[in-house]
Amino acid sequence: MIEMQGVTKKYPNGVTALSGIDVTIKQGEFVYIVGPSGAGKSTFIKLIYREEKPTDGQVVVGGINTANLKQRSVPTLRRQVGVVFQDFKLLPLLNVYENVAFALEVIEEEPKVIRKRVMEVLDLVGLKHKARMLPTELSGGEQQRVAIARSIVNNPKVVIADEPTGNLDPDTSWDIMSLFETINERGTTIVMATHNKEIVNTIRRRVIAIENGRIARDEQRGDYGYEA
Amino acid sequence: MAMKPRTFRRHFRESFKNMRRNGWMTFAAVSAVTVTLLLTGVFLVIMLNLNKIGTDIENDVEVRVHVKLTASESDRERLKKQIESLPEIESISFSSKEEELQNLIKDMGSDFSLFEQNNPLYDVFIVKTARPQDTPEVARKIEQIEYTEKAVYGEEKVENLFNFMKTARNVGIVLVAGLLFTAMFLISNTIKITIFARRKEIEIMKLVGATNGFIRWPFLLEGLWIGMLGSIVPIAAIAAGYYYTEQAIAARLSSHFIEFIGFLPLVLPVTVLLLVIAVFIGIWGSFISVRRFMNV
Repeated sequence: MIEMQGVTKKYPNGVTALSGIDVTIKQGEFVYIVGPSGAGKSTFIKLIYREEKPTDGQVVVGGINTANLKQRSVPTLRRQVGVVFQDFKLLPLLNVYENVAFALEVIEEEPKVIRKRVMEVLDLVGLKHKARMLPTELSGGEQQRVAIARSIVNNPKVVIADEPTGNLDPDTSWDIMSLFETINERGTTIVMATHNKEIVNTIRRRVIAIENGRIARDEQRGDYGYEA
Repeated sequence: MAMKPRTFRRHFRESFKNMRRNGWMTFAAVSAVTVTLLLTGVFLVIMLNLNKIGTDIENDVEVRVHVKLTASESDRERLKKQIESLPEIESISFSSKEEELQNLIKDMGSDFSLFEQNNPLYDVFIVKTARPQDTPEVARKIEQIEYTEKAVYGEEKVENLFNFMKTARNVGIVLVAGLLFTAMFLISNTIKITIFARRKEIEIMKLVGATNGFIRWPFLLEGLWIGMLGSIVPIAAIAAGYYYTEQAIAARLSSHFIEFIGFLPLVLPVTVLLLVIAVFIGIWGSFISVRRFMNV
């Protein structure tokens, strides 16, 4: 599903964020990306949805090589990859339903399909009854659920999450995590960068630790390994 | 890639929705178009009229070829043939010295009828060139021909006029170009601010896999509407203004053989031109502004 070979990323300002990364993530896996701040987690994540291009090496996502992907083909990749962020990135003027439907509208889906799919995912994240509310009228956890609903509404093969619980209190974080587990059980690959030791050590999954731009550890059912 | 009609309707709706949501920004952009187009339009009208008057005067320029007194009738015919063989010539007509004297008497008064006894004038060929600018050159060539006494065209006045018109046209083109450039700059900046306010929206669209074209369309349509809205006031003002100015001034100037361009022949092309410019700078302004936020 996701394959990186000899990936190096240098930023124009001279910082080398990643060097010599080799990793394979299979379809249906649930992977935590852990490591100290500034170690390269975000860059790793950004390479997958082609926010950044590798300076060297190959990044192949769902059969698409992002390194030599033309600018105009980036949307094709993004439609296979759902993204969830710490700060939710919802549009404040659109209600919950419209925010989720947005992801299908921009890919020119049929209106009938949009209605059906949006209600399905809102049901899945438990917000069907709040479809007409604005993001500002929701709690942080609910907003993140909307963002997750948007990320999976077009059935992507993989969902990338960058610190999805970073802004949430512990209880809410557990709810969000069980939502990710549900999505993973349905066959979607999950790649999640996180600092949440509790979560990583409790919901045991594959852990890839990145330190100083290199993979320091890659364990099935690993633990967080750092003092929080 | 063909766009689905449904998608196009969506872009259409979005463009109007965005203009309403960003009401003040829309107003600012429309005002920018209005002010610059009004300036450009007024200037254009003045330039077109000056050009028309200048061209009229230029077209009146002619070479008067004085035929030597010693020339016989057949010499004169030969001279005429030779002048006609010059490529720059548009027309040539003959005016005998008797006709010349009658014209003089008509223009200057009967005092000149004294000369009827002993006519001091020459037979004259009146030569017009196809392009007024060729006049000096043609006059010089004709002077070389046998039986030409002199070829006159009011040398200094004509050359001054030509030089003046050339400078005036160049200055006019530079000024119009400058105005248009300022207009584009102003409008693209205003649109940039409205788009900047929506960069988050663009970012999210890109993240969920919208193509650049899909993102761009509503903005381009918005630019189109802004351009069209902005052109209403300048076009109306120029049409009304010209209607009254032309009537008021034309009457006074017609005795000086100066004619303005008629109302419709001026206002129609200017309207079309202003509309095209407005639409173009609206779309272009949107285009370059949205491009800056596209590479998320």
